Amino acid sequence: MTVSAALRGAEVSAAANAAAGSEVAFDKVSVAYRGSVVLKPLTMSVAAGEILAMIGPSGSGKTTALRAVAGFVRPAAGRILIGGTDVTNLPPYERGLAMVVQNYALFPHMRVSENVAFGLNARGAARDLIAQRVEDSLRIVGMSKFASRFPRELSGGQQQRVAIARALAVRPRVLLLDEPLSALDAQIRRSMVEEIARLHADLPDLTILYVTHDQSEALTLADRIAILKDGELSAIGAAGELYRRPPNRFAAEFLGRANLLPVVVERVAQQSGFVEARLGETRVVASGADHPAGAERLLCVRPQNLTLTCEAERSNRIEAVLREIHWQGELTHLVAEIGESILRVVATRLPNPPARGDKLEFFFSPSDANLIVEDGSV
Amino acid sequence: MLVWSLSGRALVWSFAAILLGIVFVAPLAVIICASFSEQWNGILPTGFTLEHYRDAMNGAARDAVYASLVTGLVASLLALVTGAWAALALRARVDQWAGALGLLFFIPSAVPSVSVGLGLLVAFSQKPLLLNGTTAIVFVAHYVLISAFAFGNISAGLSRLAPDYEEVASCLGARPAYRLMHVTLPLVAPYLVAAFGLSFALSMGELGATVMVYPPGWVTMPVAIFGLTDRGDIFSGAALTMILVVVTLALLIGLERAPIRSAAPR
Repeated sequence: MTVSAALRGAEVSAAANAAAGSEVAFDKVSVAYRGSVVLKPLTMSVAAGEILAMIGPSGSGKTTALRAVAGFVRPAAGRILIGGTDVTNLPPYERGLAMVVQNYALFPHMRVSENVAFGLNARGAARDLIAQRVEDSLRIVGMSKFASRFPRELSGGQQQRVAIARALAVRPRVLLLDEPLSALDAQIRRSMVEEIARLHADLPDLTILYVTHDQSEALTLADRIAILKDGELSAIGAAGELYRRPPNRFAAEFLGRANLLPVVVERVAQQSGFVEARLGETRVVASGADHPAGAERLLCVRPQNLTLTCEAERSNRIEAVLREIHWQGELTHLVAEIGESILRVVATRLPNPPARGDKLEFFFSPSDANLIVEDGSV
Repeated sequence: MLVWSLSGRALVWSFAAILLGIVFVAPLAVIICASFSEQWNGILPTGFTLEHYRDAMNGAARDAVYASLVTGLVASLLALVTGAWAALALRARVDQWAGALGLLFFIPSAVPSVSVGLGLLVAFSQKPLLLNGTTAIVFVAHYVLISAFAFGNISAGLSRLAPDYEEVASCLGARPAYRLMHVTLPLVAPYLVAAFGLSFALSMGELGATVMVYPPGWVTMPVAIFGLTDRGDIFSGAALTMILVVVTLALLIGLERAPIRSAAPR
């Protein structure tokens, strides 16, 4: 039985929630604590059924934004809309949401089944419906066998599964995930990421706001990623596009490693979407047509997009002096010097490893490189 | 380990045993011996009797047990309810008033209990708050004296409770009352039990304020013990003291072993 089929039999509030809509919109939402602004006016939206990951370092405002949606933080200004309805002044229990937090927050005095039934009991659901939902939700997360256990009798991964089941049981309009995997070890975290991805594939209508500081979780799960910095939206876009073409230094560096080399724009070809720029004495071609000639920009190239072999599509060539080489089994990391900048390269195959001090030629494709600004916000 | 050598540890243990023996065990042992003694003229008592216990379980002494139990239960329940209420209300406040209001609860515990009794006697001597000569003023006196400990215990429990539990419950649709009854209170249940136990124990032993306010028909055990020893009936006073100790301990042990399905989050 698929998840969708499993849920169909108990669609009472699911249908109501679907009708109410599940898109989330931040309309110039700002939050301040005792006069100190922790979230600057934020405007963005999450489409129904979409997973939006909000990432950023500590203090960036990502959790504050999530808590504002949940209703735990009252915005100093702006509106929050869910399904087109202004919920800014609604208490959390009237917003039709569910939340999963880092430490699971399973009620220790309740058994697994009682935990999962909690939201439905609180909403006064019928006993038959509750029994059905508990069974379905536990089956979805593979925890049916543990229904009669107490949370303390479960591992961290199992507790997080129960927390997800508890959230799904109420058929929320929006599921809020606040660093849900941070407390798990790396191996379990990877498998939980895959499980959440599978879960969303089975529940395509569920809108998910996912807060994390782990860029790999965000890239794996999210349809779109919002990067926050100092309480401000630094970048937002489709996960793949944001990774390939970050708009600024912060976004480039937060989403994986990036080589950021200072260049000066020389010529823009509007039709092709490429731009010619000067990197020291070398001319390179990169994507990004909206930069004026003469402007100082950063050339962004991911380490894995640089090679030591020249191929037809890799028409850009730069010279650098190798400073370090680290073999790490499947990958070899090269650190080279180009002018005053450091160039990092990740090579998967390197039959004849170069030596430190060698002058090397690195190649990359114009479509794998783009020009970005030093800093900026959306 | 502060002391490493075996001889040093033996010395420290011996010192601790002597200190505990003199401070804690000896007074209690004297009371136990006295409660079973026919006479005590020399260093040790002479003769064994249960007569003092038989006396204590009859007449005025039995009434004192009843008065103490009822007073302890009523005052402790009041302290538990209002202490929990105040702790919950003040926890939600983050301004300077929260600290000031919390301090109010602790003021009676810093005032001599005799003074509290005197204050109540004066305060409730006029209509419409005329409580002098009623059992209610004894309940009020005990409540005033123990409420700080109930409030302190519950506040400590609430401060250790991560907000995640209540936030997740709210998000799942639990209204404040439902959340309080099904999440908050069960999670601080051990602290509620401790608050009740401590309040009850304090009430059972309260003398200073009670002697100022008790009406003739409502003599609590400490007042009865004080009366007996004041009249020189040391043996009966000792027997009543032992009954007080046993009753209090029995209730505290019972509370400790109560099957509370919660315990603090692990």
